[in-house]
Amino acid sequence: MDLTLKIWRQKDSKSKGGFKTYHVKDISPDASFLEMLDILNEELIHKGEMPVNFDNDCREGICGACSLYVNGRPHGPDSAITICQVHMRKFKDGSTVTIEPWRSRAFPVISDLMVDRSAFDRIIQAGGYISVSTGGVPDANEIPINKMKADEAMDAAACIGCGACVATCKNASAMLFVSAKVSQLALLPQGQIEAKRRVQKMVKQMDYEGFGNCTNTGACEAECPKEIKLTNIARMNREFIGAKLGAQKMKL
Amino acid sequence: MSNYTLHYSSITKKIIMSLVGLFLITFLFLHLGINLTLLEKFRPGGSTDTFNIAAHFMGTNIVIKVFEVVLFGGFLIHILFGLILQIQNWMARPARYKIEGWSHTSPFSKFMIHTGALIFIFLVIHLLDFYFKAKVFGDIGSVTIDGKEYHDMGALVLAKFQSIGFVIFYVVLFIFLGFHLHHAFQSAFQTLGLNHSKYTPFIKGLSTIISIILPVGYAIIPLVIYFNS
Repeated sequence: MDLTLKIWRQKDSKSKGGFKTYHVKDISPDASFLEMLDILNEELIHKGEMPVNFDNDCREGICGACSLYVNGRPHGPDSAITICQVHMRKFKDGSTVTIEPWRSRAFPVISDLMVDRSAFDRIIQAGGYISVSTGGVPDANEIPINKMKADEAMDAAACIGCGACVATCKNASAMLFVSAKVSQLALLPQGQIEAKRRVQKMVKQMDYEGFGNCTNTGACEAECPKEIKLTNIARMNREFIGAKLGAQKMKL
Repeated sequence: MSNYTLHYSSITKKIIMSLVGLFLITFLFLHLGINLTLLEKFRPGGSTDTFNIAAHFMGTNIVIKVFEVVLFGGFLIHILFGLILQIQNWMARPARYKIEGWSHTSPFSKFMIHTGALIFIFLVIHLLDFYFKAKVFGDIGSVTIDGKEYHDMGALVLAKFQSIGFVIFYVVLFIFLGFHLHHAFQSAFQTLGLNHSKYTPFIKGLSTIISIILPVGYAIIPLVIYFNS
């Protein structure tokens, strides 16, 4: 396969970036999208140019490191899949592929296609964990948990924190990510102990980071590689209203 | 700058937007109910008396007058918070994409600020033409019904909708109101956390129904007036 690539190049966070066009030839349709970029980078290194920076780690769709906005879609043309899992056969031979970094004020570009997603880490640090002592490992059946609730919590926990929801949202809102992280804990008894403080702190941090507001458009759900549902956002809103109205005044 | 404007969190602002929005929808139904009494005129031997009495009641009843203030406040809050939220949303992505994404999701939700702005322009013109004309300018004829004198609002409305341009402006704006409501109603429930596997499909259906019956109901009146005179 021969392809024309339009790739965002930006030396560092301070410099002004721009698109640069590259041509790659004889790419196997069975190559992964990131392998195609590896091939391009090999060529660039041979030519003495700077290779294209892009985040990647596991390359099997579970780590959430890869973050490419390909032809107007985060993680490229396929649904429910990260870009590292997309194969070149999904593209037409001879076509032009535009590759951009995630665009959000809260995700500043570090270099080329690599963005700083530490805003997500700070949201998790604000409360996306359980800090009460829950003792040793309990017997599997000691705490009865509704199977449907357990499944919902598991589905929410599938979020890999890649940031595709922010990237695709017209408002660069992080509501789907934050709501998944709130939900996975709020649905289970161990998480409910700190639920009221957690949701308020995480939403406060989300707002502080400069993400946009949710307009219930649903683009995040449509583009999420892990198919996180909008119902999580409703659950977070519910948790938030409950905490604001029902909980005692607390210092966040 | 953080997204903590007015010391309200993003979710609190949205909750206020949704509650006020739902209140405004109830007003739209009330307003439509009163408007529809105008159609009485087009029955054989009909008049605008019912409409004039209803308009008089709306203008003088003490409970309604209190709610008038609440209503104006509601519009102001809805517009103000809508603007703040939208400006924050624009600021959240300072650098745009070269190829904008176009997910196959709720198209109307992407144009709420635009349909909202059009409805606001309509609202200003509409208030100047009718509400402030009756309240402030006062240059309205009067009519006597059962020995009591009323503002002849009915005649004012009938006169206004003789112009085809005015009728088209109203009808087109009602269509945009429908676009706004189509997303707004069901979105308000999602914002309030009222999502349920059984009831959400019903709410979404209701949202579509409201977005059709309200604009159609409103549009009937100028159309009937224009084509019957």
